Amino acid sequence: MRETNMKKILISLLLLLFGTSAYADCNIKSGSINILANDFPALRTFVETAKGCKGSADFKVTHSSEHNKIAVPALTANPSEFSARIAANSSIVPLMNQDLIRPLDDLVKKYGKGIQDSQLITIDGKIMAVAFMANTQHLYYREDVLKELDIAVPKTYEEVVAASEKIRASGKMQYPYAAAYKAGWNLAEEFVNMYIGHGGEFFKAGTAQPNINNAKGVATLNMLKKLAGLSNPDYLTHDSEAIKVEWESGNVALMTLWASRSGTLLDDDGDAKITAATKLTGPATVAGGNIPAATLWWDGFTLAKNRSDADAEATFRALAHAAANKKMVADAADQAVWLIEGFKPGPKSIGVIEAVKMKAKPYPMLPQMGLMHGALGSEIVEFLQGKESAEQALKDVEAAYMSKAKEQGFL
Amino acid sequence: MPNKTFFWFFLPTGLAMILFIGLPIISTGIQSFYAQHDQVVKEVKKCDPFGCTVSIVVDQEKTSKIREEKPLGKFNGFGTYVDRNHLAIEEIGKFWNETNSFGEFVDQVTNLPFYKALIFTLTYCLFVTPNVLLLGFIIALSLNAVTRRIRGPLIFGTILPMIVTPLVGSLVLFWMIDAEGIIGANLQMLMDDPYLSLKSSKTLTWITIIIYGIWHHSPFAFVVFYAALQTVPQEPVEAAIIDGASRWQRVRHIVLPHIYPVVTFVALISLMDNFRVFEPIIGFSAEGSAQSLSWLIYDNLVNEEVILFGSAAATSMMTIVGIAILLAPVLIRTWKEFRTAR
Repeated sequence: MRETNMKKILISLLLLLFGTSAYADCNIKSGSINILANDFPALRTFVETAKGCKGSADFKVTHSSEHNKIAVPALTANPSEFSARIAANSSIVPLMNQDLIRPLDDLVKKYGKGIQDSQLITIDGKIMAVAFMANTQHLYYREDVLKELDIAVPKTYEEVVAASEKIRASGKMQYPYAAAYKAGWNLAEEFVNMYIGHGGEFFKAGTAQPNINNAKGVATLNMLKKLAGLSNPDYLTHDSEAIKVEWESGNVALMTLWASRSGTLLDDDGDAKITAATKLTGPATVAGGNIPAATLWWDGFTLAKNRSDADAEATFRALAHAAANKKMVADAADQAVWLIEGFKPGPKSIGVIEAVKMKAKPYPMLPQMGLMHGALGSEIVEFLQGKESAEQALKDVEAAYMSKAKEQGFL
Repeated sequence: MPNKTFFWFFLPTGLAMILFIGLPIISTGIQSFYAQHDQVVKEVKKCDPFGCTVSIVVDQEKTSKIREEKPLGKFNGFGTYVDRNHLAIEEIGKFWNETNSFGEFVDQVTNLPFYKALIFTLTYCLFVTPNVLLLGFIIALSLNAVTRRIRGPLIFGTILPMIVTPLVGSLVLFWMIDAEGIIGANLQMLMDDPYLSLKSSKTLTWITIIIYGIWHHSPFAFVVFYAALQTVPQEPVEAAIIDGASRWQRVRHIVLPHIYPVVTFVALISLMDNFRVFEPIIGFSAEGSAQSLSWLIYDNLVNEEVILFGSAAATSMMTIVGIAILLAPVLIRTWKEFRTAR
């Protein structure tokens, strides 16, 4: 007994030694690194990889699903709390609006070996972020349920509705569809997806004037309501995590969910039967459109402006090490659709790859989009509850948006 | 106490109050009169992994110059107060002219975010405060009547709801009333309605939050009333018993008048607390059906990627005014009693 224990200790010690020596090539000598990031597995892997190369620099990280609420205040302080922020196409906008992040051109030139050109987010000719993964919301389905009821894999939301109705009629499941409809950001995101699927534009060309109170907006709301009617009645309180739980309990057969969640959905936890029958497919289209009712997202890192150059340099070197890391991409191929060289897409990346193939649009990176998103999240709830008409809800969204946009100086 | 002694005694507290409460309120007040500068935007080329597009960004060079000159922003007067997301003066005028019946007008007005929140906040106050007082008083009376031996554990059990963090308490209940939860599922069976959901119906959500509010706040009233009951003199009570007064008569004519100042105090504190109802809305994820004034402030500050300081400040100031109006009757009454007592 004792001998095996000793062996174990020795082996782990050896592993530890080798582990550290393998990362020694980064050689960061000074500076302090502090990262703010959202909380999902791929980002944890990414930040862990960066940590492996921290050398003698101070390294801290905050993973929080409330990252959006912290980011602007924390980066406004001088010196800012965080030296880097892992952002996405929507969350980089408030940082740009307030001038809180620094251009990375010099650092990319000096330390960006291995980062591909396609990973660089350039705005007005300056590199503002380095992307490392792509994300989108797409369909998940239960192969066993669809096969049993002889339903083809849905390609449009109209087919999703028909399939869900059939499943409900069969008595197998009461609420066969799920999507993150939690009032607020999540619900607004579903509207954005569906509206883009209908070919809608959020603003009148070249202005910040809202442009959603039209036939496309009404059609979008009606489709959302149809889908909500096929979901658990508590849908207005369900975020991505809650519908993941619904799925794993076997209550749902069709679901729209983030690609980045597929890893935890298909892992060994939970009912093996459900996991085995869980299949992924591309995002659905709607109303005969040919672009999917989904938005493409990238996740990338940005560096705080209000932080010393030395810290920025140390942070960049650590994060660039991860953003060009073939080993991480190979080891964690299941966790995300990496934009990094050497990534071989597996079965869990189908959603994003299909979305790109179908020419899905990226989430609009406009300075006033956050205000529109916020107004949508609270004003369309009453329509879904059946308390007001679609036209009234859209009118409310536009009015709420306009007051906020006026206060922010966009109108 | 001589005035001079009182002054020195109060000075540290007074200073702290000015520093930590007075000044922030003044700063919030000033903030509420300002809006952001007009945004200077320019067209630029943006490239990301999915391709390049021509789009707009905020022109930082020009904006930072304007910001340096006037860091507070653009003076807006009461502009934020009267816009659609607050008092909505213009919209209400429009509704008045356009709607055909009074009911329709009320419908339109209560659809505005500020009034929607105000109505929930007032309803919550109106139902929770009296019920908290009543329940707290009944519990205090009953506990006062049980034998001393089991009183300790009973008191502890009664104040548990107050010890539990509001957010945790509401989360526990949130999962219990879930359509799959123990209360939610049983209700569905009882009512024979598989689509019944406490969380999706507005009325049921309101009732849930109000019941939760009563459950959470009554221990506070109970503790204060229980302490007050200990000071009720026994002689008049015994005299009343000899005179043949019933239990209710004793409570009505001896106990209640004696603890009346304490009842006022609890009512004041409860009203103030309830007017700022916030945690249960977050705990129950009830943003969709129930919004309070405090929730509006929170929403302006954190829910959007853009922080609306002006909006949040304006709502804060109006919440303060609201509490003042609500407390005015009680305060005036106390003041009058104080004068007659002198």
